[in-house]
Amino acid sequence: MYSIDHKDLGTPAPASTGTVTLDIDGSTVTVPAGTSVMRAVALAGGHIPKLCATDSLKAFGSCRVCLVEIEGRKGFPASCTTEVAAGMKVRTQSPRIQKLRRGVVELYVSDHPLDCDTCPANGHCELQDAAAELGVEGSRYANGGASQRGVKQDASNPYFVFNPDLCIVCSRCVRACDETQGTLALTIEGRGFSSRVSASQHQPFLESECVSCGACVEACPTAALTEKLPLMLGAPTKAVSTTCGYCGVGCSLKAEVKEETVVRMVPNRAGTANKGHACVKGRFAFGYATHADRVRRPMIRKRITDPWREVSWEEAISYTASEFKRIQQKYGPNSVGGITSSRCTNEETFLVQKLVRAALGTNNVDTCARVCHSATGYGLKHTLGESAGTQAFTSVMKADVVMLIGANPTDGHPVFASQLKRRLRQGATLIVIDPRVIDLVRTPHIEAAAHLQLRPGTNVAVINALAHVVVTEGLANDAYAEERCEGDTYRKWKAFVSDARNSPEAMEAISGVPAALVRKAARMYAAGPNSAIYYGLGVTEHSQGTTMVMGIANIAMATGNLGREGVGVSPLRGQNNVQGACDMGSFPHEFSGYRHVSDAATRSLFEGAWNATLASEPGLRIPNMFEAALDGSFRALYIQGEDFVHSDPNTNHVVAALSAMECVVVQDLFLIETARYAHVFLPGSSFLEKDGTFTNAERRISRVRKVMEPLAGLADWEVTMQLAQALGYPMHYSHPSEIMDEIARLTPTFHGVTYEKLERLGSIQWPCNDAAPDGTPTMHVGAFVRGKGKFYLTEYIATSERSTSRFPLLLTTGRVLYQYNVGTQTRRTANLAWQEEDRLDIHPDDAEDRGIADGDWVGVTSRTGDMVMRAVVSRRMTPGVVYTTFHFPESGVNLVTTENSDWATNCPEYKVTAVEVVRVGQPEAWQARIRAERGAQRSPALPTACSHRDEC
Amino acid sequence: MNVERLVAMVNDIAAFFASEPDADAAAEQVAYHLQKFWEPRMRSEIQRCLEQGGVGLSPLARRGVERL
Repeated sequence: MYSIDHKDLGTPAPASTGTVTLDIDGSTVTVPAGTSVMRAVALAGGHIPKLCATDSLKAFGSCRVCLVEIEGRKGFPASCTTEVAAGMKVRTQSPRIQKLRRGVVELYVSDHPLDCDTCPANGHCELQDAAAELGVEGSRYANGGASQRGVKQDASNPYFVFNPDLCIVCSRCVRACDETQGTLALTIEGRGFSSRVSASQHQPFLESECVSCGACVEACPTAALTEKLPLMLGAPTKAVSTTCGYCGVGCSLKAEVKEETVVRMVPNRAGTANKGHACVKGRFAFGYATHADRVRRPMIRKRITDPWREVSWEEAISYTASEFKRIQQKYGPNSVGGITSSRCTNEETFLVQKLVRAALGTNNVDTCARVCHSATGYGLKHTLGESAGTQAFTSVMKADVVMLIGANPTDGHPVFASQLKRRLRQGATLIVIDPRVIDLVRTPHIEAAAHLQLRPGTNVAVINALAHVVVTEGLANDAYAEERCEGDTYRKWKAFVSDARNSPEAMEAISGVPAALVRKAARMYAAGPNSAIYYGLGVTEHSQGTTMVMGIANIAMATGNLGREGVGVSPLRGQNNVQGACDMGSFPHEFSGYRHVSDAATRSLFEGAWNATLASEPGLRIPNMFEAALDGSFRALYIQGEDFVHSDPNTNHVVAALSAMECVVVQDLFLIETARYAHVFLPGSSFLEKDGTFTNAERRISRVRKVMEPLAGLADWEVTMQLAQALGYPMHYSHPSEIMDEIARLTPTFHGVTYEKLERLGSIQWPCNDAAPDGTPTMHVGAFVRGKGKFYLTEYIATSERSTSRFPLLLTTGRVLYQYNVGTQTRRTANLAWQEEDRLDIHPDDAEDRGIADGDWVGVTSRTGDMVMRAVVSRRMTPGVVYTTFHFPESGVNLVTTENSDWATNCPEYKVTAVEVVRVGQPEAWQARIRAERGAQRSPALPTACSHRDEC
Repeated sequence: MNVERLVAMVNDIAAFFASEPDADAAAEQVAYHLQKFWEPRMRSEIQRCLEQGGVGLSPLARRGVERL
């Protein structure tokens, strides 16, 4: 069932620009060329009954309910598969049409139960609607549902149930899995009355290839596929458009609520980023917002070894402010700082950095982008002139070649992956550069033309080798590069990459990628004609993360693949608002809009608006804060929505730093790992509890709308305002729209953004200003933002983290579809049905050498620490490389990772850690030892494992 | 601040700019990066390290720090 406020037009909108005028039931109607008759009728306000058609899927022409008469044409064409034509005369109602439709629906009803009154779809069933409209009250042919009766219901999926006896075999679910999701997990097995929807090879949904995106459930016209939650809570009564709080795709969703309870989450078909699609997290995994673990009262304690004490908001805010004032008075203004959150809204991150800079008088503000895409910001700013991706997601539909580097979209950015798969199935070429065999390397109807399975840590070696081929084989677009870029830097770069040391043959020994494969990939990328690069944290989370981003920009500039649709450099951002958090001035060296704090004119602008004297020196980054805490010069930290202890590398180092501080304030939904070392806990609010905006990976600003009151009484922006007030710096906003107005006044790339415009346009891609009042889908058109593009020399420098005889394997990390980052949200949902622990992927050869079998417990040791988890023996890995996720705190993955970081930004090198893996006979002993090592620094007032389970 | 860590960081920065053929320009770029992205106490600490002999600093890192 689609959203309760969706008016279905039957077939998708055509891509054409021209129009056609026709006659429908005596009225003249003008519609876009290529429109189906069914859609034209709906656009004109009419209605044709239908069963197999819905406007998210291509016309199928199967049910034969939508028949019409067209003057001059024989028979009764199906209106869904018939395109409009100029002068066409369509008749949608006549006794003959009604008779035919009635007969067809009667046949459907003959094989469908007639107990509508007790059906969960009662009132929302398209078969019921069609039968009522046509006056079909029963069937002359059979007892309703005879052939399907008794077929076992499949309730294996935690979020939806499949009732075969309610299925009318319209194939909408199968087509949704094919066209919308691209997984092709569903099929119709059997023939005639024996036809059945089947997941994979007649498996339960949970065990099948189904990825639980829910597209099939939404497409189902009856209750054959039904969400479980509305069955329990009742039908929703209202739909509120908002934006997903998970990954950087930023799907537009409709939260369907009954009173203040969210009953369903349905992707918005008008959503530009997701075009009516969602993934298992966005559509289903919202239960964390009302989970029993939510903390609803502020808490304080003098020491982290003390038990928490619940207090009023007033006391918590007052205590925090007094502590910050005391610490600044004793240790100086730069002894404190704040962290903004990529999970919070633009308005909230803007307020936190404003509080730090204006109320606390320091630039010690940073954000979780430090540990993911800070290298993107630096690399793209220096080469192209703007710290953001260059394209809209839809651009991929015009790409001829897609180079995917260090990203796994089917797991990390599933809705974009669906769009990418559509393009690949249309014939675009895919190049994958990744140490693992990710799903896209080979998946139904898709196979990468080249998979460069490099050793972790050798990205720069590979990008240089690709560039070497482009330049030395004469494949560069010299005319473009000379015109659009700094000629001297281009020529220096050409000479640099042309050197024999950067050839694929020379680099093969370093990267492990056969030279011939690199040459093949370089030729494909250069040939385009539209070649696009998409990349993820496999690029940035390295000691040469920034170098690699620059290398990517270099090769895109050299081949002319920037400044139009179908090309570009697109970082796939991890969190819902990581782009926005960066845009809002969350980094310690720059104000909103990426303007350095040392720039006097910019600083003066902010000083005037904020009525405060602002510091001109860059502040501390997160890892620098930890170092400063350990030397005693940094004593207090206000952390909004970030779990350092779980997410940051070298956990013991992080814990030591936090333990050394005098006042750590955590503002979050749950008692996260970092809260163990906090003195103040301020309850946070989920994305359902506030108004604001998120900015996704394509720079798209979308509205977040409140659908329920904050469980703890205050939205996050209100908490920050109260803290500012208590610090003696009152802020005066009555609604987040007023914060956005201030952002727009102070930020050139946001000058034209208002809530009113967001309402009108739906969403806006920045820059949005006088030059681009409706936003900018594609950047660098005609010229780069910095003027001329700048090439940087990107020498490959091996990381200091290398495999040795003691630590012979390289560990790299990532995430899975069903869990999200540190799992704070998804661990508190039914997504645990798919993954309830982190596991270590290890190649069969490495496993055999160590006597490890699939499912065995293994201990993983690096120079910084140990962890223990189960092994998955998998050929996704190459020998010498192991892989795990970091969703579960009890795994302690970041006990093992090191403090190595990117040279330019200190983005941690999560992707390369030298380890040894051994089979563990008694995992409990390992776990006890690891807990004991960590426990020395833990608060006894909290349980030892703040996990998804009820003990938390 | 952990001086060893700061030395490693500035050496990494210098290693990136070492590709620049003009040695003076490379040192200038190292210094510029430190000024733009390092908090003052970090710069002070690395300068103090240099004053005490600059143990562990690469030649280019040393020249960069000298320009602060």
